[in-house]
Amino acid sequence: MSALSALFFRELKLAARIGGGAPMGSLFFLIVVTVVPFGVGPDMRLLARIGPAILWIGALLATLLSLDRLFQADRDDGSLDLVLAGESPLELVVLVKCLAHWTATGLPLVVVSPFLALFLAMEPVAIAATTATLAVGTPALTFTGAIGAALTVSLRRGGLLIAILVLPLTLPVMIFGVSAAVAAVSEPVPFRTPFAILSGLALFAAVLGPVAAAAALRHGGE
Amino acid sequence: MVRRTVSVRSPDGAPARDESRLTTPPVDRLDGTELTLDRGGRRVFADLSFSARAGRALIVTGANGSGKSSLLRLVAGLLRQTHGDLRLAGGDPDLSIGQQCHYFGHQDALKVQLSVGENLAFWRAFGATPGLGVGEALDRVGLGRLIDLPAAYLSAGQRRRLAFARLLVAERPIWLLDEPTAALDAASEAKMIDVVDRHLAAGGLVVAATHLPLGLADPDRLVLDATGAGRAA
Repeated sequence: MSALSALFFRELKLAARIGGGAPMGSLFFLIVVTVVPFGVGPDMRLLARIGPAILWIGALLATLLSLDRLFQADRDDGSLDLVLAGESPLELVVLVKCLAHWTATGLPLVVVSPFLALFLAMEPVAIAATTATLAVGTPALTFTGAIGAALTVSLRRGGLLIAILVLPLTLPVMIFGVSAAVAAVSEPVPFRTPFAILSGLALFAAVLGPVAAAAALRHGGE
Repeated sequence: MVRRTVSVRSPDGAPARDESRLTTPPVDRLDGTELTLDRGGRRVFADLSFSARAGRALIVTGANGSGKSSLLRLVAGLLRQTHGDLRLAGGDPDLSIGQQCHYFGHQDALKVQLSVGENLAFWRAFGATPGLGVGEALDRVGLGRLIDLPAAYLSAGQRRRLAFARLLVAERPIWLLDEPTAALDAASEAKMIDVVDRHLAAGGLVVAATHLPLGLADPDRLVLDATGAGRAA
């Protein structure tokens, strides 16, 4: 277990140091959310209505943007070979790397989202609901994105390809994330129903993502 | 998993390591039988048989592209043979051969954002059987004074020595060395050979690919020729 906790803290350290990119995700999120009102125009009611969707799309893009180096940095310097030949099961290694990645880039997105929601004239209840859905949904984005990162690990410019591969897979998370946030302020469907499905999707991704990404890494090494 | 550990206590009560023997289960020999490897539709080598014994180095030589690195990657479990058989006598039956190998390849596996000490401390914690302490391992490769320096500032030779120190901080019985002395000066080369000799004396197994004359006493040799056939020499 100490091997995996050492990995977790090393990943966090690398993310926090120069070139690690941990603050970049949040800055990108801020820019995306700031740009939208300029495009949509000063219609407060419209902004409040599409606010949860904007936050979700911003979080999705920020997560994908930061994912391309998840395994590629390790491959470039040769440590991926050593991890593949290590005693720790590769699935757990991928899981730990995903958790560290989420802690460094996903968690800050969740923390800043209530402040960015103020830019979009959202109601307090909607802000709380969107933050809750992001807290549950962003790990699912990381785990799903890890599959794309593992598949494109040997490509020089894999960043765009990751987005093309992963975006369709994130649609269910996105749909239930936004609908839960919207359900919190509008009538027929209660918040809990889509939120429970979203939580289920997150758990599903947490299991499937590491297994699929580990298989892709093993195959890609040959 | 039962590990036989020899624990000797020094007078001040701190456990001292007994370096004359490996703490991992002893390995006896590594045998490759009629190994054939294809990569990207090209045959790298065919029907290659070799035997590496604990306590002796197996030096693999051959021209560029004759498959030295591929052979080491195959033993490390990073490539899979097309056919043939690779067997380890002794060792830990719960682990694969690759998991008992230190693969010391062309890449140094260093994170330039971390300091020299942090790089090494990670590999010590990540391995299953810790070996020497970080400071002591750095002293062995002559980098003791640089423990707090970011790895980005190291020269090519220093990077190589730091990468080599990884083999000391986590204990594994089989060392696969791919051009281990590349970028090293004569003094560092002598230090590295001394470390490898100690590993052999402790019952370790070493397979090294190199065209440099390594000063290891009395090694076995395997010559790969360009047609993809290997022979013991």
